[in-house]
Amino acid sequence: MSFPLLTATAVAPALGAVVTAAVPSARRTAAKWTALAFSLITVGLAAAVLIRFEPGGDRYQLTESHSWIADFGVRYELGVDGIAVAMVALTAVIVPFLIGAGWNDADHAQDAPAARRWRPTQGFFALILMVEAMVVMSFMATDVFLFYIFFEAMLIPLYFLIGGFGDRAGEHPESEQAKQRSYAAVKFLLYNLAGGLVMLAAVIGLYVVAADDLAGGGTFSLQTLVEARASGELTFAESTERWLFLGFFFAFAIKAPLWPVHTWLPNAMGESTAPVAVLITAVVDKVGTFAMLRFCLGLFPEASVWATPVVLVLALVSIVYGALLALGQRDMKRLIAYASISHFGFIILGIFAMTSQGQSGATLYMINHGVATAALMLVAGFLISRRGSRLIGDYGGVQKTAPLLAGTFLVAGLATLSLPGTGPFVSEFLVLVGTFSRYPVAGIVACTGIVLAALYVLILYQRTMTGPVTEAAGKMRDLRPRELAVVTPLIALLIFLGVFPKPLTDIVNPAVNHTMSDVGKTDPAPAELEARK
Amino acid sequence: MSSDVSSLVTLAQTEPVFPEIQWAALSPTLIVLGAATLGILVEAFVPRRARYATQLVLSVLALAAAFSAVIVLAVGDYGTSEALIAGAGAIAVDGPALFLQGVLALVALVSVFLFAERRLDPAEHGRPVDSFAAQPAALPGGPAEQQAVRAGWMTTDVFPLLLFATGGMMIFPAANDLLVLFIALEVLSLPLYMLCALARRRRLLSQEAAVKYFLLGAFASAFLLFGIALLYGYAGSLGYARIAAVIGGTPPELDPALAATMGNDALLLIGGAMVLMGLLFKVGAVPFHMWTPDVYQGAPTPVTGFMAAATKVAAFGALLRLLYVVLPGLRWDWEPVLWGVAILSMVAGAVIAITQTDVKRLLAYSSIAHSGFILAGVIAVSPDGVSSALFYLAAYSFVTLGAFAVVTLVRDPQGEATHLSKWAGLGRRSPLLAGVFALFLLAFAGIPLTSGFAGKFAVFRAAADAGAMGLVVVGVAASAIAAFFYVRVIVLMFFSDPQPGGPSVVIPSPLTVSVVGLAAVVTLVLGIAPQYFLDLAGQAGVFVQQAAATAR
Repeated sequence: MSFPLLTATAVAPALGAVVTAAVPSARRTAAKWTALAFSLITVGLAAAVLIRFEPGGDRYQLTESHSWIADFGVRYELGVDGIAVAMVALTAVIVPFLIGAGWNDADHAQDAPAARRWRPTQGFFALILMVEAMVVMSFMATDVFLFYIFFEAMLIPLYFLIGGFGDRAGEHPESEQAKQRSYAAVKFLLYNLAGGLVMLAAVIGLYVVAADDLAGGGTFSLQTLVEARASGELTFAESTERWLFLGFFFAFAIKAPLWPVHTWLPNAMGESTAPVAVLITAVVDKVGTFAMLRFCLGLFPEASVWATPVVLVLALVSIVYGALLALGQRDMKRLIAYASISHFGFIILGIFAMTSQGQSGATLYMINHGVATAALMLVAGFLISRRGSRLIGDYGGVQKTAPLLAGTFLVAGLATLSLPGTGPFVSEFLVLVGTFSRYPVAGIVACTGIVLAALYVLILYQRTMTGPVTEAAGKMRDLRPRELAVVTPLIALLIFLGVFPKPLTDIVNPAVNHTMSDVGKTDPAPAELEARK
Repeated sequence: MSSDVSSLVTLAQTEPVFPEIQWAALSPTLIVLGAATLGILVEAFVPRRARYATQLVLSVLALAAAFSAVIVLAVGDYGTSEALIAGAGAIAVDGPALFLQGVLALVALVSVFLFAERRLDPAEHGRPVDSFAAQPAALPGGPAEQQAVRAGWMTTDVFPLLLFATGGMMIFPAANDLLVLFIALEVLSLPLYMLCALARRRRLLSQEAAVKYFLLGAFASAFLLFGIALLYGYAGSLGYARIAAVIGGTPPELDPALAATMGNDALLLIGGAMVLMGLLFKVGAVPFHMWTPDVYQGAPTPVTGFMAAATKVAAFGALLRLLYVVLPGLRWDWEPVLWGVAILSMVAGAVIAITQTDVKRLLAYSSIAHSGFILAGVIAVSPDGVSSALFYLAAYSFVTLGAFAVVTLVRDPQGEATHLSKWAGLGRRSPLLAGVFALFLLAFAGIPLTSGFAGKFAVFRAAADAGAMGLVVVGVAASAIAAFFYVRVIVLMFFSDPQPGGPSVVIPSPLTVSVVGLAAVVTLVLGIAPQYFLDLAGQAGVFVQQAAATAR
């Protein structure tokens, strides 16, 4: 039996979490280095996955399959297609930066008198690694039940990250902040738990249908189900398929998040520390959009086509609504949260446009958005940690005293608004092209999102970085070496992905073609476009 | 029929026939009841100083032996191919019975550890004290009690009481005759009523709980007994197989004395409903749940843990056997009723729990909601339904025991600090304990990788398989509601600042530590690798039924 590379990729951070948590209370620096080391090992393993993966090969590669709970028909089945490889790589790459950026974020809690036994620093990094392990597992799981388990279980460490380690720079006094924080954590958990439980009903329903139809009894194996679907062995009644689709989609839409079930995200991102906010939006939320591609479209193609009009409208509302609300925010972390909602609208639009450009674009968008938001949010976090305020109005003239900080903020911001030459431009362009070729009106509406993005990013930059040097900016220190080490590679990556996205598209495109054939859709021929004119 | 005077007396034609008793097959129950009787003798004859140790050793040995006996029987295929009706048609020895008896023996064994814990409160007059009043009938803190404490009196009779209750519980799901069912119910209930009244702290609450439990329990028993009488009138027999045969439309010869009533459907429906009511009371399903919160809150916490875990196991076992063996012919009548009861239990339990401020009451309402979840599996009427309910019961009972064991450890000078506000910040003071409690709460909430999730999934899958998708949807919605209050407790423990003068966590003896540890391990093992236990429950999912021809 070959080396279980995928399992190792998920086990490494999990093991890291356990080791980090076990570091004695006084050795908090050792805990940080331990966490960083394990996250780097994970990067190495993810790189190995990337290298071993053959873009033109089988649909799912590096597969592992073992019986787990035979009674439920559950198997421990892992496998990656091009999309999953890209997502695993994104996760593995982002996390070390988060650890670097959050190096001192939990220390203040450690200094509290009651904290000796509680060990916040160790806990903070252990929880981040735990989330990483679960996210990686859910990207690799090709068994619906296995996926569901990690999809749900990752809520618990995240919940503790949001509620236990807040941003101290809120606009409220300390006691009020604690309330806000636990409100945000509970809101996050209840939204996602509700979505997950609805999905559980659909998962059970799927099993029941499969147990009736398949000769081998009930199964959750994605490959078996999709193949049975294609061969006609497994058939859903029309209404059953729609209900099951809705159960899955509801959970993913909450996680993604899609308007109108997005409201937990601004709270969660606003109240958590910058690295945790990045973890949520850049990594965890991607599980939602990823799962739409893999499970909604793969298992319920007809229902997906049926639901497309509604989903497209919701995605468009997300794009415009998120952008408008971002414009109106006073708190820069909430601004970035609403901007993310707008971007998730683009991703979902790309997925449900049902064209290969749209879906490739959506996949690239997941990667690019992850990197861009990470860069922007982390720099914003550095800024906030200097002044102790999240309010945009408290800043001004920072570019004169801290030029590096302002410069990186600008580049990250420009990437967020999809400036050509940065990664997000490629993906946004692909999504729009893909959408336009099938739904021209939707494409036009989506374009307003681009204009609004330029507005909220540039206004944010203008109000914080330019203008006369305020009292707060006068004493501002520029980026420290640790902070530079975090931001520079992210920005380099953004520009690389913008200039030379081919390696990524080569990996992603075959997987997208598989998904397209699952749904039974082909790209509209140019002639069809001609006819529409 | 001659009217001779001599006909008043007839001579025995043959030697009296003594029923054949399969002693070996009944050994688990017999061991426990025998030890209980022995425990009474210990109370009478062993010197006071030595009683605690003697009772503890006796109880542990007895329960361990009972568990071993269950294992031996299970290995001997008594659960599957060798299943039999023992004791002249009175007791079934089959898969579900053995599985539940095994669970019950383990639960009772673990509960003994909780009962025996003597390090939670500071010693009084130089003598260690446990959770039970030395002189329960005396005025709390009055001279009689002072004297009792100084003399070192202990209520060591809690151990035989626990054994008696366990014995009753072990017969309850195995009963194959309505009268045996009733006797088992009384044998398990009476010791519990007494145990409820014995709390050393907050005596009035405890006595109130006992009175409520007793009165409502007596009421439920009366219902059950009346139902039994009506069913007898209907079928002319108390044996499960015979009643099932009559319902199935193959009445053996009519009993002339009952000719007027036999086969009367009104008797069957009313009698069946009343018997069901009596069992649903013990299960704690809405609308027969009223006693649960008060009794859970008032009873000494070790007793609450034992009661919550074991009573539910026993009562669901009896309910399953009654529905699957006696009343399958009435399925179309009881199924809609149980649908209603299950939905009410899930929703009411979850919703009312939101408003609770006492951790024991919170767990009580949560247990009501869990009854609803298990009922969803019961309603499935399939081998999957039985095995999923069995698995759920095993998983649930250990989580419950663990949770109540944790509750005994969080104390302030007034005793256990059960008010939720006092749990604020516990996670910062005692991260390990709060972490374990959080694990139990997550298991109650059914989060993946805990036993609660595996159980819930099994039950819902069985229900969905049987076409009860509506129940699954309601169950999922109730789970979402329930998650809210479990999470609230976790928020309180981890994200709130500790209150000054709040409770402290006492360092218990290895007894309680082992209970909490075992419960946590079981919770994780059943969550991560449930396959073996699912198999076990799957093999145990078939009830034995007496052939109608031999039924009496």
